Amino acid sequence: MLDATDRKIINGLQGGFPVCERPFAEAAKTLDLEESDLVARIARLREEGVLSRFGPMYNAEAMGGAFCLCAMAVPHDRFDEVVELVNTHEEVAHNYERVHALNVWFVLGTEDPQRIDAVIGEIEAETGLNVHAFPKEHEFFVRLQVDA
Amino acid sequence: MDEIDRKIVAATQAGLPLVAQPYHKVAEELGLEPEEVMQRIRSMDDTGVIRRIGVVPNHYKLGLNANGMSVWDLDDALAKDLGAKVGALDFVSHCYLRPRSLPVWPYNLFAMVHGKSRDEVEEKASVIADLLGPACRSQDILYSTRILKKTGLRIAA
Repeated sequence: MLDATDRKIINGLQGGFPVCERPFAEAAKTLDLEESDLVARIARLREEGVLSRFGPMYNAEAMGGAFCLCAMAVPHDRFDEVVELVNTHEEVAHNYERVHALNVWFVLGTEDPQRIDAVIGEIEAETGLNVHAFPKEHEFFVRLQVDA
Repeated sequence: MDEIDRKIVAATQAGLPLVAQPYHKVAEELGLEPEEVMQRIRSMDDTGVIRRIGVVPNHYKLGLNANGMSVWDLDDALAKDLGAKVGALDFVSHCYLRPRSLPVWPYNLFAMVHGKSRDEVEEKASVIADLLGPACRSQDILYSTRILKKTGLRIAA
């Protein structure tokens, strides 16, 4: 169970963790905690899986990679077979089943942007199905605050 | 980004060491000076290579079990202004403009909404609908029913 201090950490530290010699000491001050307490609590929340990560969130595109959201309308009687063909491609980073005529949604991530179209072509050839590509045209700034 | 930056990314993408001096620890592992590691991390933060530094909560563990991809068919002329307002809502975790794929897909704005239940997601989507007003011609919310693959994205050093 999360106590009030855990919640304060989760709510207060989703960004802005300092880059300095003693960052936990610095962050602990603003949260009104001891440095060692903050380290121990983050470690515990990581272990319990309440936090999936602690550290820098990298923007893979800024590092030169390319991403593209794709969707397919997969007939129910071919679902498992097609999903397997799609997932075999190592460029498929995640893949979700969703409730819609377009029922398979996956993200392609490649270090070389030109690979995106090639992989889409391969998946279409292997499955005989259309791949709808939804490349990002504009990304809006989000506040992204999850309240614990 | 040069080779040293990539080494720092590779060493920290899974997380920072949970010790009092995490950047020193990373520096030690990589055989670099702590000051250089901190300087490079600050600079990646400034240029947007790092989106932010902090805790990344697991939505499911916080009881946010309903994650809906809300999608909206917006008048193209207004899409950028309205999308910025949608992205600024604190329950929207990702917000993008993407091309339509007609006729099956008329939507150009994608906003990921998290909630404790589908009712809560729908309540939040109605806040978005009010914000968009008549500029929105149609909408839908797609819930994920199964994770088919999740490997995440990793860069090599």
